Amino acid sequence: MLFGKEELVFDLPENEAPIRLMAECDVEKPDFKAYYGEDRVRHLPLNLPNLSEPQVARHYTNMSARNFGNDNGPYLLGSCTMKYNPKLHEKLASLAGFTSTHPYQADETVQGNLQLYYELEKQLCDVCGMDAFTFQPAAGAHGELTGIMLIKAYHEDHGHPERNIMLIPDSAHGTNPASAVMAGFKVVEVASAENGQVDIEDMRSKIEKHRDQLAGLMLTNPNTLGIFEEQVDAMTTMVHDAGGLIYYDGANINAILMQVRPGDMGFDVVHLNVHKSFSTPHGGGGPGAGPVGVKECLVPYLPKPRVLKKDDKYALEYNLPKSIGKVRAFTGSFLVCLKTYCYILGNGAEGLKNASEGAVANANYIFRRIKDRFKVPHDNPVMHEFVISGDWQKEKGCSTMDMAKRMIDYGMHPPTVYFPLIVHEAMMFEPTETETKENLDLVADTMLKIADEVENNPEVVQSAPHNTPVGRPDEVKAAREPILKYPEK
Amino acid sequence: MTGFVPMSLEQRQKMLETVGLTREQLFAHIPDNLKLKQTEFEGLNKEGISEMEIELKLMDLAAKNANSCEYDSYLGAGLYDHFSPYLPSYLIQRSEFLTAYTPYQPEISQGTLRATFEWQTYMCRLTGMDLVNASMYDGASAAAEAALMAFREKRKAKKVWISAGLNPEYIDTIKTYLHAGGFEYEVGELNADGTACGTYPEAEGYAAFFIQSPNFYGQLEDLDSFVEAAHAQKALATAVMDPLALTMLATPGDKGVDIVVGEAQPLGVPVSFGGPALGYMGCTEKLMRKMPGRIVGRTEDKDGNDVYVLTLQAREQHIRRDRATSNICTSQQLIATLSNIHMALMGRDGLLEAAEQSAAKAIYLQKKLIETGLFKAKYEGPFFREFALVPQGFDLNELNHKLLDKKIIGGLVLEENGEQNWLLAVTEKKTKAKLDRFVEAVVELAK
Amino acid sequence: MAEFKNDRKYSKSHEWILVEGDVATLGISDFAQSELGDLVYCEAEETGSELETGDIFGSIESVKAASDLYMPVSGEIIETNEELEDSPENMNSDPYGSWIVKIKLSDPSELDELLDADAYKAMCEEA
Repeated sequence: MLFGKEELVFDLPENEAPIRLMAECDVEKPDFKAYYGEDRVRHLPLNLPNLSEPQVARHYTNMSARNFGNDNGPYLLGSCTMKYNPKLHEKLASLAGFTSTHPYQADETVQGNLQLYYELEKQLCDVCGMDAFTFQPAAGAHGELTGIMLIKAYHEDHGHPERNIMLIPDSAHGTNPASAVMAGFKVVEVASAENGQVDIEDMRSKIEKHRDQLAGLMLTNPNTLGIFEEQVDAMTTMVHDAGGLIYYDGANINAILMQVRPGDMGFDVVHLNVHKSFSTPHGGGGPGAGPVGVKECLVPYLPKPRVLKKDDKYALEYNLPKSIGKVRAFTGSFLVCLKTYCYILGNGAEGLKNASEGAVANANYIFRRIKDRFKVPHDNPVMHEFVISGDWQKEKGCSTMDMAKRMIDYGMHPPTVYFPLIVHEAMMFEPTETETKENLDLVADTMLKIADEVENNPEVVQSAPHNTPVGRPDEVKAAREPILKYPEK
Repeated sequence: MTGFVPMSLEQRQKMLETVGLTREQLFAHIPDNLKLKQTEFEGLNKEGISEMEIELKLMDLAAKNANSCEYDSYLGAGLYDHFSPYLPSYLIQRSEFLTAYTPYQPEISQGTLRATFEWQTYMCRLTGMDLVNASMYDGASAAAEAALMAFREKRKAKKVWISAGLNPEYIDTIKTYLHAGGFEYEVGELNADGTACGTYPEAEGYAAFFIQSPNFYGQLEDLDSFVEAAHAQKALATAVMDPLALTMLATPGDKGVDIVVGEAQPLGVPVSFGGPALGYMGCTEKLMRKMPGRIVGRTEDKDGNDVYVLTLQAREQHIRRDRATSNICTSQQLIATLSNIHMALMGRDGLLEAAEQSAAKAIYLQKKLIETGLFKAKYEGPFFREFALVPQGFDLNELNHKLLDKKIIGGLVLEENGEQNWLLAVTEKKTKAKLDRFVEAVVELAK
Repeated sequence: MAEFKNDRKYSKSHEWILVEGDVATLGISDFAQSELGDLVYCEAEETGSELETGDIFGSIESVKAASDLYMPVSGEIIETNEELEDSPENMNSDPYGSWIVKIKLSDPSELDELLDADAYKAMCEEA
């Protein structure tokens, strides 16, 4: 049941009664028009509604009810690792001792914050098998960009600015090539083999072809098909032998936490999406944090400042002459990092290992329960997520999008659809370790039921979802005639 | 071990057996030489600790910080300690907002999408721009993205010009991005009056000119002559602006600015040691498809209901890959929602009052401090809520250190060309009594 | 089934080119528009741009895809079709009537490198 008919805050009736949020001004207000001058003051009417607190509380409570969050039900988005977000962390991140601190305070007055960053760096080094971390990047893609900027800085510092070719598998996340181009690299795509893993012969020939210009390789493991790249060792050796460095896209690290570490697989730089593997809430699209870990050879290039410990005191070090500089203002998304720290404290090495095993077990369980009814593009052992194709159902008139929308009717968030691009009608499931067996069965049963519906009653799938506040949007209209703000009254 | 994995090892084994698997098989295909054998670590505890212990540990860390609730702080420099009513932070803790992913399925994401559409509208109305995107990581990275956007629009240009009045953190960030992308930049020099007026390049070849107003030293720039100078050289006029200041000051939209970026943290977001922050970017309609980041638009479903969706997605990395406008996926959605609800509750009157009180109190404090004879104004022009002072014969670092004993966090000390400046920020949260006490403490300790 | 018109030539990247004297009009093929789906945006390089074979002369977007447009031959852009800015859907309904740019050919002999309708059709059917 949904309440609240006003769509947007601009539809609410104006409140004319005074509301007292702030104290009266107890110094003299100058004549601002005279003080600033006619040219510098605002002339555009300030067309923002005045509202009362009860109106605002109800409006946004009703608005929130039009969202489906991870606390509402299974959230199967592949590559997104929608695990449960512990609520204590929210409380701790709202303590004034953290929220009311400024990054330019003297180090001696923010020892708690600096200690947290310092200890989190040590924790993540152990989790990833790396030597140092920076917390400056504000999100995963931002971490990715930072990570390959470090590779660029390394080659420049070693007298090889001509090394500008970045190898990227065709199954990679779209952010990989986009980041590589932003960092000034030329992208050379590496093909996938029949089994869904990187075609190592194709990689060998691409390395040979570009040997003198090779900057590095961007790889995610397990890859976007949820398959572990079993030849990762050979790949990292090949790239290193050709003088390149290797970047690990940490988007899928929940599959292997404390089982296999990027550092031990030969990676030189890694980014983490803490909203995925380390349970910080996604918030409908941020705020994230994208810590970047490096091996010793890349430490000199890390963004500034870094948190160092000197004589039992923590300090922000800005004097880093080879640093790439800054990728954002200040030290990073501190409160998001704080939640990461809490999560790691709560789990310890054993808890993280249990989490990755649970994630892989749950994905395997659903996969095995449904795989006979759907086309399976690659027959490989499954990790924390799996990809099936809706090709068989598409032939019967129901697309992957139709099936995804039908899943909403059964109370769950659909999987990632139409990604990876190399699989037709792809559906990518990632249940995570925080689901009960009952919920995993619910998901599997639902998929089998939808497969039946496609056979017997395709209309009900094609016209889904049926019980949502709105139906499928006309996206063509949205893109052809963009309406990006509420019109002025 | 925490209670977030609702299945014992025995239950897991049993479940797997029903589909012909065992726990041991799950990682069996991973080469053994890669597997982690180590169980003891330097920084990582072997076992997790309880919720009770986590809470105590974090309370202990928080207590090691000096915070602006217990201390009287005058730090700003891009992040400002404004008042925020409680309701917005309460509402964004609702799980439906907090634990949702990016709204890929609009039918079950109208909450996030509506809130974002509202935020875009609020920001358009504050800035007077044609459109504002769904938010950026922070002001500094938004400025860097604006530079890249300018190069997409002005494809023959290879450099940008940046006023020295930009926040140094922003300049550093732009430099990092442009160096990586193979672009160039020039940083100008400020006039003796502390503004960039008249210092603009008089040659073509720049994709954009960048200015900040109020600038890093608090001075207001003349946007009219800036926009004219940029356009005369076929460069995009790009301004870094504080959206709270825009409740009082001329909007970039009215002045003909092409791209506006900045930090929306003053609109209800706690300082939080610098993050999460809330960058924003607005532009003219002409530049719409060159813009990076998520954008929410309104359309309808087959029954004619208004539906909000992520739109103009063909610009983005998941479709265009190496030809995308940016690699950005995440914005700062929950923080934008916080700021959105803050603006709804504060309303026109509340936001304007917060801005006016900040300005009035900053003007009051600057006057009082100069009257002590201990300082001269660095620049004489009007300012919004931040200003720079030059000390007359004493060391500011020492003063700041002594102020801490009185539970005061002084302004930011800028050391430039052998001269010290004190950059002080004042918000509506200060009372006259607090400001007077601060002046007294400075007089007592600056000897 | 996509239509392949015999009066013009095609590039491997799905642009069509129709030559009249030393002026040619460029657009996208019926096959291309059906693969991309509902088109929502079309952008072309400015008039006066001198471009080489293989240079990007514009881009088109559908809701879920974006595609750059490549010069099948070298030439100077002398006119762009402003109608498509407001009505990109015309490229879906009438791909061969919806020209995107007109160019002045630099070297008409380059036309010999392009595909005729039959060869282009064969290429599309193979894909």
